[in-house]
Amino acid sequence: MTRQVEVRGGSYRDSVGLMQVSRDLRALAGVSSALVAMATELNVDLLVSMGFEQPSGLGPGDMIVAIEADDADAVMRAREALDSALAARPAGTGATDGSADVPPPSIAAAARRTPARLALISTPGRVAAIDAADALGAGLDTMVFSDNVTIEHEVSLKETAAAAGLLLMGPDCGTAVVDGVGLGFANVVRPGPVGIVAASGTGAQHLMSLLDGAGIGVAHCLGVGGRDLSSDVRARSTLVAMDRLDADDEVSTIVVVSKPPASEVAGIVTAHAGRLATATVLGYLGAGQPDLTATAERVAAAAGLTWVPPRRWGGPLPEPRRGFVRGLFVGGTLCDEAMLIAAAELGAVASNIPLEGGRRLDTTLTASGHTFIDFGDDTLTVGRPHPMIDPSLRLERLERELADPTCAVVLLDIVLGLGAHRDPASDIAPLVGRYDTPVVVALVGTRDDPQGLEGQAATLVHAGAVVHASNAAATRDAIAVIQRSST
Amino acid sequence: MTAGHGAGLTVVTAGAQMFADSLRAQGVTTVEVAWSPPVPGTEDALTSVMLDRRRLEANAKALAAMTSAGAALADVRPAHQALDLQPGHFLHAGPPIAWDQMPGPLRGALIGAVVFEGLAATAERAEAQLDAGDFTFEPAHRLGAVGPMAGVVSRSMWMFELHDEVHGHRSWCSLNEGLGKVLRYGAYSPDVIERLRWMRDVLGPALQTATRATGGIDIVAIIAQLVQMGDEGHNRNRAGTLMLLKELLPALIRSGLPTGDIADVVAFISDNDHFFLNLVMPACKLMTVAASGFPGSTVVTTMARNGTDFGIQVSGLGEEWFTGPAQVADGLYLGDYGPDDANPDIGDSAITETAGIGGFAMATAPAIVRLVGGSVSDALATTRRMYDLCVGENPRWALPIMDFRGTPTGIDVTSVLRTGHLPQINTGMAGRVAGVGQVGAGLVSPPMECFESAIGALAAAVPRAASR
Repeated sequence: MTRQVEVRGGSYRDSVGLMQVSRDLRALAGVSSALVAMATELNVDLLVSMGFEQPSGLGPGDMIVAIEADDADAVMRAREALDSALAARPAGTGATDGSADVPPPSIAAAARRTPARLALISTPGRVAAIDAADALGAGLDTMVFSDNVTIEHEVSLKETAAAAGLLLMGPDCGTAVVDGVGLGFANVVRPGPVGIVAASGTGAQHLMSLLDGAGIGVAHCLGVGGRDLSSDVRARSTLVAMDRLDADDEVSTIVVVSKPPASEVAGIVTAHAGRLATATVLGYLGAGQPDLTATAERVAAAAGLTWVPPRRWGGPLPEPRRGFVRGLFVGGTLCDEAMLIAAAELGAVASNIPLEGGRRLDTTLTASGHTFIDFGDDTLTVGRPHPMIDPSLRLERLERELADPTCAVVLLDIVLGLGAHRDPASDIAPLVGRYDTPVVVALVGTRDDPQGLEGQAATLVHAGAVVHASNAAATRDAIAVIQRSST
Repeated sequence: MTAGHGAGLTVVTAGAQMFADSLRAQGVTTVEVAWSPPVPGTEDALTSVMLDRRRLEANAKALAAMTSAGAALADVRPAHQALDLQPGHFLHAGPPIAWDQMPGPLRGALIGAVVFEGLAATAERAEAQLDAGDFTFEPAHRLGAVGPMAGVVSRSMWMFELHDEVHGHRSWCSLNEGLGKVLRYGAYSPDVIERLRWMRDVLGPALQTATRATGGIDIVAIIAQLVQMGDEGHNRNRAGTLMLLKELLPALIRSGLPTGDIADVVAFISDNDHFFLNLVMPACKLMTVAASGFPGSTVVTTMARNGTDFGIQVSGLGEEWFTGPAQVADGLYLGDYGPDDANPDIGDSAITETAGIGGFAMATAPAIVRLVGGSVSDALATTRRMYDLCVGENPRWALPIMDFRGTPTGIDVTSVLRTGHLPQINTGMAGRVAGVGQVGAGLVSPPMECFESAIGALAAAVPRAASR
């Protein structure tokens, strides 16, 4: 065992740096103890307590270097290490830029870093209300894509938003367009005079697409979540969204798209619309109400613009035949609309999201007569992406229906736009071409959507499908293939 | 909404990355949150508290109170005068604790204090009497006082007395003994007791005379300067100590005290870079007391440790303690000491972080950043992270390196639990064994348990009408 104490004069170092050096020396092989410290009273006591001899004549400007090691070589290595440590620039010096990259751990933290005015939340539904409250607290308009937020939390968030003059879109808001920017699943729209308030994501996408097909642009599409016009939520976000659109000079016509609201809520919305300076169309999709295509036409009229009926691509459909219609949808509102039209013509239909008076499919979703399935329903998206992104479940079902002799015609929707599957037609077309069963497609998309509206239609038509830009028209075309018992 | 189609929209996203990518592809400025789930088990309580309609306004009021509090050194008096401490009654750091639960440093400090008060002739006798339950203890915080490390105060010890004229509060702190073998680190050897006697007989009265002659010293203003001079106010108080001395010197010299005493007092203060810590702490206590008691507020108003438990208090919940096991600091050790020698975190000095300095102002103290085991950029990142945990900033204490941004102020319980990030505290480390004294210094965080139990209590306190 070798001990050595050295005193170095005139080499002041701060205590923290020397503690670090001491620690590094102690970690060297063969070194059992080391103290590198300025010769303060405290450190001299420490030196003695460690069993070293106290050098004489120490002053506070002196540095003590005390090393205990296995042999002289180890002491030498420790002193060399000390020399290089004292000569080296401390690690990290000058590298001050990295700290600017601390990523924001919360929405409020992000809002402090940038002058944002909108938050888009798609965190798990169980905790999404926490993030939404954070965003509203930071003064941001907030879109909550997440579903499974409780209705109590939805009401509380919407009260908070309204009190702060903020717009809460959602929860379960799949689509919005703000200043022409698409949020969530949204279509690429051209600028224009229409402002949409939507309690339905795919309903809003369809309306935007129909207007786009008629050459009519959309300024904003503000989603409010599917429950906003329920008697619990009382249209809280709808009213804020209507006010926002009313205050926007760019908007000449407002349209509210929703399932028919509870009667007292309908009264609230109608009264509110009457107070706006902007012409407002209330497009409630339900039994005895206009379909979305008719609503789009009313919007065009209200805006004083020329209406262009939605396109149809493809050849004639076969003569009416025995069997059933099978509707396979990714959009819940599109499925609803098709069922409303079909039920009026064919009588009650079966579905996993049945209309009032309709038959409910069991959990196996086994077809039963005229059958409509919404593959975007919450129960079918547990543990897998939405069918607008991952088509596999519906493709599997499509093949079964095409091969089913009781199926007279298949009705499909395809929803294009931001966030959706890159090329849905190419997945579907080969199946359509392989079977004789007629297929009618409602193609929801705009001219400028990334998938290419014309290309998608051409692929489907080439495979033998009939394609409509209007879901209502597609449904009527499909129903026409069914031979009625009365005829 | 602006008229420009897509122009100038900036969006914050949390959750699925595909939506952020889609926004970027549309040319929208997009800031993605580095989102992580809230601390497990706190989701429901967090939701209730986040939806509490009182929260934002209550937090704004707490922040305003905290950053507007005054803190003037008004007097220096013995604890029996200032706090009416009775013989055999002692204050300690952190949340309440029984003698048999106390860690070595706190036991050592109490032994020393008993000897210092003349209640026992020897350390052994003092310990026996403490074991026998002859004496009583309570947290200093309960009386509006704070103490570093063990924080033990007995009736003959002299206290700085600070006054907040804005809110009409007072706070107190003992006088700092210096580093190494000192009572607050649990040392009680004869030299420790001897130093305490000199502080009682010479230092305290001299400081009283000088302080009274100055007519009050604005501690908030000195802190505003020290954070621009390389001190963070917790582990580095070199500039603060010199500025205090500057304020006291004329009055000390004019005091008529013996020249030798004045020289001893000046040397004592000059040789102890931590002397001003004991003024920063009560100033921070005044700030946090002012922020306390706003119903619905989720701002932390106390972080304090007794060496066994770490406790926090929250504005909306008054003086209720929420505790968890104190952690051992990560840092550098004196001499041969190592992690096995260190006691878990102890002391009321985390009141500095509670008020937005110390570890929160690490960016402004590059001279001690290696305590972080790191670099200057680490220190900048630390302060930036602390902004993300706080409800606001303190414009009175501006940090030059952060472009004169105010210190991050008002730790939000909900931010801690939502992000899983904990406040950073700069601290000294006491030896585990009674009598050892200081063994090192470093960084430590509160245990998450404190925040978990606080959110439960906050949720239980949400009125039904305020959150549905």
